[in-house]
Amino acid sequence: MPTYPLALFPALALLLSAPLHAAPDPADWEAVLEEARGQTVYWNAWAGDSRTNRYIEWVARRVAEEHDVTLVHVKLDDTSAAVSRVLAEKSAGNLDDGSIDLIWINGENFAAMQEADLLHGPFAERLPHFALTYPEHNPEVVTDFTLPTEGYESPWGKAQITFYYDREGMGDSDQLSGEAESSAEGPPRSIAELLDWAEANPGRFTYPRIPDFTGSTFLKQALIALVEDTAPLYAPAKQSDFAAVTAPLWDYLDALHPHLWRSGRQFPATGPELRRLMGDGELSLAFTFYPSEPAAAVADLELPPSVRSYVLDEGTLGNVHFVAIPFNSPRRAGAMAVADFLLSPEAQAHKQDLAVWGDRTVLDVPRLPEADQARFAIDEDNPAMLPADALEKTLPEPHPSWMTALQEAWRERYVRR
Amino acid sequence: MKNRHQLMLKDIHIALEDVTLLALDAEVNPGEVLTVMGPSGAGKSTLLAFVAGFLAPAFAASGRVLLDGRDITGLPAERRGIGLLFQDPLLFPHLSVTGNLRFGLPRATPDKAARIASALAAIGLAGFGERDPATLSGGQQSRVALMRLLLSEPRAVLLDEPFSRLDSHLRQEMRQLVFDRLREAGLPSLLVTHDHQDAAAAGGPIITLE
Amino acid sequence: MLRFAPALIVTLLVGPIMAGLAMAVLPAFGYLPALGGTEFSLSHWQALFAQPGLWRSVAISFASGLLTTAVSLSVVLLFLAGVSGSRLDHWIRRLVSPLLSVPHAAAAFGLAFLIAPSGLIARLASPGLTGWERPPDLLIVQDPWGIALMAGLILKEIPFLLLMSLAALPQLDPERRVAMARSLGYRPTIAWLKVVAPALYPLIRLPVYAVIAYATSVVDMALILGPTLPPTLAVSILTWFQAPDLSRRFMASAGALLQLGVTAAALASWWGLERLVACLGRGWVEGGQRHRGEWPLRTLGKGLILLTTLTAFVGIATLALHSVSGFWRFPDTLPHSFTLLHWQRTLPSLAGPVVSTLLIAGVATLLALALTLAALENEQRSGRHPNQTRLLSAMGLLYLPLIVPQIAFLFGLVVVMESLGTRPQHALVIFGHLLFVLPYVFLSLSEAYRRFDPRWSQVALSLGATPDGAFWRVRLPMLLAPLLTAMAVGLAVSIGQYLPTQLLGAGRVPTVTTEAVSLAAGGDRRLIGVWALVQASLPLVGFIIAVGLPRLLWSHRRGMRGAP
Repeated sequence: MPTYPLALFPALALLLSAPLHAAPDPADWEAVLEEARGQTVYWNAWAGDSRTNRYIEWVARRVAEEHDVTLVHVKLDDTSAAVSRVLAEKSAGNLDDGSIDLIWINGENFAAMQEADLLHGPFAERLPHFALTYPEHNPEVVTDFTLPTEGYESPWGKAQITFYYDREGMGDSDQLSGEAESSAEGPPRSIAELLDWAEANPGRFTYPRIPDFTGSTFLKQALIALVEDTAPLYAPAKQSDFAAVTAPLWDYLDALHPHLWRSGRQFPATGPELRRLMGDGELSLAFTFYPSEPAAAVADLELPPSVRSYVLDEGTLGNVHFVAIPFNSPRRAGAMAVADFLLSPEAQAHKQDLAVWGDRTVLDVPRLPEADQARFAIDEDNPAMLPADALEKTLPEPHPSWMTALQEAWRERYVRR
Repeated sequence: MKNRHQLMLKDIHIALEDVTLLALDAEVNPGEVLTVMGPSGAGKSTLLAFVAGFLAPAFAASGRVLLDGRDITGLPAERRGIGLLFQDPLLFPHLSVTGNLRFGLPRATPDKAARIASALAAIGLAGFGERDPATLSGGQQSRVALMRLLLSEPRAVLLDEPFSRLDSHLRQEMRQLVFDRLREAGLPSLLVTHDHQDAAAAGGPIITLE
Repeated sequence: MLRFAPALIVTLLVGPIMAGLAMAVLPAFGYLPALGGTEFSLSHWQALFAQPGLWRSVAISFASGLLTTAVSLSVVLLFLAGVSGSRLDHWIRRLVSPLLSVPHAAAAFGLAFLIAPSGLIARLASPGLTGWERPPDLLIVQDPWGIALMAGLILKEIPFLLLMSLAALPQLDPERRVAMARSLGYRPTIAWLKVVAPALYPLIRLPVYAVIAYATSVVDMALILGPTLPPTLAVSILTWFQAPDLSRRFMASAGALLQLGVTAAALASWWGLERLVACLGRGWVEGGQRHRGEWPLRTLGKGLILLTTLTAFVGIATLALHSVSGFWRFPDTLPHSFTLLHWQRTLPSLAGPVVSTLLIAGVATLLALALTLAALENEQRSGRHPNQTRLLSAMGLLYLPLIVPQIAFLFGLVVVMESLGTRPQHALVIFGHLLFVLPYVFLSLSEAYRRFDPRWSQVALSLGATPDGAFWRVRLPMLLAPLLTAMAVGLAVSIGQYLPTQLLGAGRVPTVTTEAVSLAAGGDRRLIGVWALVQASLPLVGFIIAVGLPRLLWSHRRGMRGAP
């Protein structure tokens, strides 16, 4: 009778051992592309949003055509899982045949990987399309949560906290009143107003459960608005008195939570779930990291047409997200080819397209050749879309250690014992 | 089947957990039916299992079974050449009547179809070949089972209360048929039963187990 | 070769679990040199116990194990007790069987879509009955007490326990037992509970223990329905293992051991309850009381099983509805518009995971089937039958993967596989699935195989067939129906696996289940509807074949209708 499982082991070993490669050098780009040809690149990327996933599917089709690279989207519900895996591989002595070739990353996950020497690089600044970001004019593309990226990750998108609300849900269903929102009826314009608004509209607002990155960003947004002096936030958290600095935040949240959705006893898992709750009419006010998301969701029949977007008067947190290559990726050439493609005007414009994802470009559009500039024209007629100048006030991300420390403290306070 | 066979059971002794179940020494001549009688639990079926080669390892058995002088005690069941008839006809339900008979025929048999047709005719079931065995009556099934046994050309036959499940009028008819056929084929047979009429119809020697 | 089958099975199942557990024990006490842990210490246990909400997580995991099992088992027993052969009974049985094949994740999504404040039930009742113009701000799904999670588990465990009971019942000859009791004046339901249930329980004890172990440590269902602040212990462990802060891994290992302890404690408590019920029950059984409770018990059993079954089915239907819905504002009962857009968008990305899923499930099931047949055939030929009711008999080890929580050993196993140099691939995932498919295939086939009348083989052998011939020409075809059912069960188990696929495949081997669960966080009901529906229908195909093929093949063989 069969004994296949035993025969499996040698077969496994054979199947799974892959040839070694010397590190490809992006300076000789043609050689990189040559090496990339035929490679299968495993891109570990957060997959909580179907729009993002569809964009990545499109990228996979395009890099297959362009560079003969097979791109596989390894779907993550939390990027930290990828960090953890690379680490596990390193700990098991797997130094040159890792299972991850590319990671969608930023902030504390980047900091963690850098600290543990888990990233390959520097490579990013030598990618041909990187020059289009004009880093000398746009320092955010080489800075990740205050840390210099040093070429260990390549930018591919820009996010900024954007609030959106349902005009009908707000009670001013009078379509004719149009432009002007009276401040009593309209959405809150600041973190301070948000508390009053929540008191007046109990159960109509919430934020994603920590440690979700959109939820964590809300904590940082509130913290920045509530502290007197933001300077300590841009240095490692342990250099200041964490309890003292964050005390106003906890007072604020303690006051806010009883008025949140489910009385603050439960939180949605992610930003996209906030969107779903808006669509179901459970919430009247929500926020997202992707400024075009509300407009795109209206077009997608996920949100009612009465949805409008805005940013807080005090500005909102914004950051750049990147892709990085683990140190033990055996297909670094393929990964670089993908990272570079992501920076191409074609890919960046497609990403910004409302019908696709609506994530803003990291390229310096005014400095691009005219033909490419035209690709990035934004449809300002869409009522759910932010006005073009709305994103001018971008608050920079605090040091990544604050994110982890806030997450920890939040859990300490709000997880039920 | 004009061959004449002889079955010898030499100093058979079967025990379970050191308790003797039965001890037996017997000789069955060609065409003869040896009847073993005894109450339930006397070890009748155990004896058949031993002779046929199905004895569970829990039993300790000694003694030898000789078929035509050859010691078959150590042979696996399928190479002993001993056929079985149970209480139930046990026609394979997934095969047709022909399929069941074909199963009995040795692989190298020439002209299988003709053999099967004549076997069916001999038991009054000509034309029943493609039938689903489940659609036959109890008596018909028993007859097919007997034919299947004979077609497999055994050199001895064991009968495990083969008539006990039949209606009384059928029982008489089947006894006649079975014993006639076995005698005709010159097969030594071992019948276990607790029905005295079976023993009488078999007409051979009778051993009673305690 | 056959002789080695049982040993091979036990090695295949026990080896990885032991290795995986070992690689959880060492880091739990601080030893994992690759991560800089070179000294044994208890500090990770201290860190674990300092986790906010830890004891709540533990309590919910423990309680959901016991409550889920108690409710599911009671419903199943009451239903079986009240079965009278009526048309309704047959209809219920027919309905329940396909539910076994519905993956846990799909059932969980269906339930969530049904009972959420903006779910179908609230929509049906609003605004007419409730006056709700907006979804009520009620904590229903993911409630902090784990009630939704337990409800979801009960929906899935009832079909499992029912089918396990139905498989075991024939050897008890329940009709005769009940008839005997009725002739002594007992009403039928009471009679069944008094004379059949006590004999049935020992036969389904292992499946019951498997349910307890599963319910204390489930991950995919808990991600969808379970509490969040804190989540259940198993989900917390998963988060710790995947934390970018690597020191968390040590704590996660300690958590894995704690999970093992929680499951063991739940099993031990259940064992204690068994004793208690046996004690109290004896008084009831022998008390001579013949009538009281007949009607309420019967109605309760039927009512509850009907409720859970219909809930599951309507849940699945809700998935289908969402998968074709346009904008669907509360409290509209039906979507504003219907669209195939979600299906069209998903189709291109469905193919890969569907093929992966079927490949993994197919290979794992065939391997499991081959090993199971080898072991069972060996049992038949050697005439040695293991004692089925004793837990620790050699083949009882088969149930180890069902009793040891997945989360407790899978991470350790990943580390072991890593250090053996194996890379995440289909083969590794198949190997991981085999751990869980094999016991279920064995469980569902062994009963039919062992009950198979040995005289069939004896007749075949006495007619000159070789043992192999008897196996291929008699035993296999006659057991085709249970064989196909076992395969369908194997496929369903494999298709539903989340954690082994996710961990051993490193996410690089996407199946419909991992894809569907990964969508849970996004909450896009339309997309979830598409994926969960695909996930639910794949195993159904197996069961349709298992039911249909024997009927087709044996359409002219009356003796082959109804399992042998």
